[in-house]
Amino acid sequence: MSADTNAVSLKFGVVVFPGSNCEQDVVHALHLLGHEANYVWHQDTELACYDAIVLPGGFSYGDYLRCGAVARFSPVMESVIAYANAGRPVIGICNGFQILTEAKLLAGALLQNRNLKFICEPASLIVEKSVCKWLDPKLAGSVLEVPINHNEGNYFCDAKTLAELKENGQIVLRYRQAANGSLDNIAGICNRGGNVFGLMPHPERVCDFATGSTDGRAFFSYIFRYILEIASNTKNNLNKNGSLNSDDLNSDDNNIIGNVEVAQ
Amino acid sequence: MSDGGDVVSDGGDVVSDIVGDIVQDIPAPVCDNIVTLDAELAKKIALELGLTADEFLNVVRTQQRMPSLTELYIYSLMWSEHCSYKHSKGQLRHFSSKGKHVLQGPGENAGVISVGDGWAVAFKMESHNHPSAIEPFQGAATGIGGIIRDIFTMGARPIAAMDSLRFGTLDKPRQRYLFDGAVAGIGSYGNCLGIPTVGGEVYFEDAYEGNCLINAFALGLMREEELTRAVGSGPGNYVVLIGSSTGRDGIGGASVLASQEFDEAAENKRPAVQVGDPFEEKLLIEVCLELLKAGKFVALGDLGAAGLTSSASEMASRGGVGIDIDVRKVPQREDAMQPFEIMVSESQERMLAVVKPEDFADALDTCQRWGVSCSQIGSITNTGRFVVRDSALPADAQIVADMPAEMLAESAPEYTPQMSRPAYLDKLQSYPLDFVYECVEDNILNEVIAERIANAEILGLDAFVGAQFKGAQFNGTRFKDTQFKGAQPVKDVTAEEVAAITAALSAQAKASFDIAFLSMLASPNICSRRWIWRQYDHQVGNNTVVVPGADAAVLRIGDTGRAEMTCRGIAMSTDCNGRYCYLDPYLGAQIALAEGMRNLSCVGAKPAAITDCLNFGNPEKPEVFYSFHKAVCGLATACKHYDIPVISGNVSFYNESFGNAIYPTPAIGIVGVVENIANVCTSDFKQAGDTIILVGETLDELGASEYIKVIHGLVAGKPPSLDLQLENDVQSAIREAVSCRLLQSAHDCSEGGLAIAIAESCIAGNIGAKVTLAEPIPDVAALFAESQSRIVISCTEANTDRVLDILASYNVPFSILGETFGNRIYVEKSDGSALTPLVDVSLETALKLYNDSLEQMVNIK
Amino acid sequence: MKNYKIYVTAKEGIFNPAGATAATALGQLGYDGVNNVRVGKFIELQTKDDVQRQTVTEMCEKLLANPVIEDFRIEEE
Repeated sequence: MSADTNAVSLKFGVVVFPGSNCEQDVVHALHLLGHEANYVWHQDTELACYDAIVLPGGFSYGDYLRCGAVARFSPVMESVIAYANAGRPVIGICNGFQILTEAKLLAGALLQNRNLKFICEPASLIVEKSVCKWLDPKLAGSVLEVPINHNEGNYFCDAKTLAELKENGQIVLRYRQAANGSLDNIAGICNRGGNVFGLMPHPERVCDFATGSTDGRAFFSYIFRYILEIASNTKNNLNKNGSLNSDDLNSDDNNIIGNVEVAQ
Repeated sequence: MSDGGDVVSDGGDVVSDIVGDIVQDIPAPVCDNIVTLDAELAKKIALELGLTADEFLNVVRTQQRMPSLTELYIYSLMWSEHCSYKHSKGQLRHFSSKGKHVLQGPGENAGVISVGDGWAVAFKMESHNHPSAIEPFQGAATGIGGIIRDIFTMGARPIAAMDSLRFGTLDKPRQRYLFDGAVAGIGSYGNCLGIPTVGGEVYFEDAYEGNCLINAFALGLMREEELTRAVGSGPGNYVVLIGSSTGRDGIGGASVLASQEFDEAAENKRPAVQVGDPFEEKLLIEVCLELLKAGKFVALGDLGAAGLTSSASEMASRGGVGIDIDVRKVPQREDAMQPFEIMVSESQERMLAVVKPEDFADALDTCQRWGVSCSQIGSITNTGRFVVRDSALPADAQIVADMPAEMLAESAPEYTPQMSRPAYLDKLQSYPLDFVYECVEDNILNEVIAERIANAEILGLDAFVGAQFKGAQFNGTRFKDTQFKGAQPVKDVTAEEVAAITAALSAQAKASFDIAFLSMLASPNICSRRWIWRQYDHQVGNNTVVVPGADAAVLRIGDTGRAEMTCRGIAMSTDCNGRYCYLDPYLGAQIALAEGMRNLSCVGAKPAAITDCLNFGNPEKPEVFYSFHKAVCGLATACKHYDIPVISGNVSFYNESFGNAIYPTPAIGIVGVVENIANVCTSDFKQAGDTIILVGETLDELGASEYIKVIHGLVAGKPPSLDLQLENDVQSAIREAVSCRLLQSAHDCSEGGLAIAIAESCIAGNIGAKVTLAEPIPDVAALFAESQSRIVISCTEANTDRVLDILASYNVPFSILGETFGNRIYVEKSDGSALTPLVDVSLETALKLYNDSLEQMVNIK
Repeated sequence: MKNYKIYVTAKEGIFNPAGATAATALGQLGYDGVNNVRVGKFIELQTKDDVQRQTVTEMCEKLLANPVIEDFRIEEE
């Protein structure tokens, strides 16, 4: 375990679709943060052993039909959907975000950038006050510098959905300056439970001092709290829908599930 | 058609004589009842396919009979300029590829050097000019695809790409289409692969209007023991085709396109353009690297120009073995393909591997897991013959080609074309540049620029941006028509209009060179390239230490996939000023190398080796071949001086249209090693109060400069001189200062001279500078001369003495220019007592013009 | 064998940058009469005879179009 920022080492599953190309970067970033990370091939379906799942960036299936449209039907996605619906943490970065919207785990869709060009550049992100479990609530209102790198990052949803996202605190990140034409400058959203988080920027690219800033660490170093919370709740606390009720997550029970290990 | 017995033609007697002579040198044919062409028909087809009459005789001589149709196609491609280097081979022997760190020199898919600690890098630069001139998006994209395959073929994981691009000026709609399309194509392909495009270079000159240049440079990383070569061996081993299916794409594509001049019919060649599938290529990378690592490949090669023909015959030839291929086993995506079509198709994203029979099941399994097609299409034999059969034909007539593999791959003709020194050289080199100085002395510089602005026919641009497009001449004849004291009006501009603009410009200016300086910053050859690299993923891989926009890119040596990280790095750059090479091919080529090395030294990297991409016109023209010869000699001499091996490369001839050749453009891709990435230095000024120092010396050298091009619309004069030893000393001093972490910034002085170099460091760091020049040369040269061996550095006040000590210890000239300060770019001249301001502009104005110029030009409606 | 033609277009009200850019460019080329351009996808589907239109509709809803942002229209030949 690295002495870096984490008190807890988690075991992440990083899904690899044909055409994914940021999976190694995610694994590298997670290792830097002292986590364990395994690649999960898109045909594997066993996810229970992981504390959290990452859908990394890239061009799954060439993104030929629509970004994420084909990957969404990979065998692993049935398991990801079940995993997410069980209240366990899933993060989709860039292409991963696109796949999560295609899989309807997150609302809306990602359109082509307004300027019709691929955009790779640093972006200033405002952290919104949200229900997202992946970021420390104390970060709300602060600005993180995380690069974007996409051709289809222009977030869209209908007015009703947007109102719901706002009402439920599901808008997690906004671009400080308009970047790609995104509705309301949205850069990242989560589901109602806050356990499924999708964002276009690439936090894994800014975790290593050797290559620049480390603002990206915030995205992988807080989720352990939520995982400990789930761990400390027995499975009986799952509500009837199979998803976790956030009120149930404050139990004093110290049972640990998954592979969470507490630092000595 | 007739069978081989009827060899009778106008060359018939000669043929039979020769056949008798050389019988002993050639391995015996596998089959002697092959269906050959009638002699007359064979000769006719041969000529149509681009073989000369002599080359055709050579084919007959090698075959000891008339060729079959398939054989003739194969020979015509293998002996095309593109595949055989028949006009350049002799000159390329001037290059040295020796060096103790060289693991693989030219002759393989890419060169490989050791970079220490058991790591090695494979790299190569290659042109894709002709396909891109027809369809820029697909042409550029497949150019990336091809060079990336060359890299992973060697066993290396591709970790970075760069591009060296040339177009005509952007006031022409077609040039905007080509530029926009090529950049999008590069981005689309490279981004999908997850290989960062970390930089490159682009120039816009009229000379490239008919022939854009797309040179792709890629680099891969591996452990030394992972080095793989495309050498076929082991008779009985399977020959396996992996990747895309084969269609009629690009039949005669690269090899035909790259071997003849362009004309109006070029547009009609569109069907020959290949379409890239980066997704398939991404899968191929993963499949091939996985199988290489598992030791399942005996050899691996990619299918590039001339497709299956060239990769199979070269593999056989290198290994001294034979290959037997059944075209019907090649997965095809079109109906009724002829054997020769299958053999010469340039369908993209295909690899050829030699696999032991016992490993084939494993190879197939891995391919299937990734969803990649994998077919055994033939076997290695011990006959030394390259045999092509079609199992769909009747049993006794299946063999459609039977050729000696080594002769096919290695015995292409070699030519030494005539050379003659181009007449324009003397005229342009000695062109009097007095008027350049007189304009300044007569105080009419702003008026000259005002006329260019008044003449700019393109609306909707900043005046400085629009002014770039007037009066640009390149071909050495048109400039005679231009009157230099005040450029020749192109449209009817009244004296009043010019006076009004001059007055407006002069009112904006605080110092005499402000307007000229801003015009320079907006120049398409100087302004920011951000519009381009913003479209490229330049960070994927998590190893990009220095991003585009700097002197050189730096990548950490480390394999994110294996969690093996080091603190060392690889620096890369591409360089070539075609205008210099046009005005002096020998010197221009040397400067390309010197500047590439300087870019590396600025970031703190020690240059290790280069690859080159030699772009020229028609080599059969004596003037073109002279330039080629001189450029090669210049580059080779400089490389030897610095002990820099040339480990791979490519020659692109016939870059002409309507009889006009491009500027001689020997682009180089250079690679160096950074010992500690924590010490890398970038070009941006870091904070106020740092000392700015010029290392090297500015001479009164305005010939071939961007200044006389931008301000006076002139391409003339002799390029700046280059002292190889001084260059070396300056770079050594800078590298030492960088490695001691004494520098805040280091930036190469190149196009636009000292004034632009300082401005670029200011703009990149968003901090101003106050600089005093004291060289005893005319102001205009002090600001804009492009003298070589100069680097602008900055350091903290506390470190200044230590920096000066290092410079003194290398005995290099230097001058303390001033300091980083405030939010203006301020340059003054000192003549001992009096101080005269030369440039005084706000950083904000400079920054906006520099950053927006290219995008404005691309978006001209 | 049956041939289906499928037209996938951006839903009404969804900004279509490719269309907007084409519209601007057409205007600049002097075609003043263009009110709006929508750029979409055209898919040719060859199926066995027993594949019904309803199945093709399902294919569109599930994969070929994204109902969040796209409409589709099917033509059978």
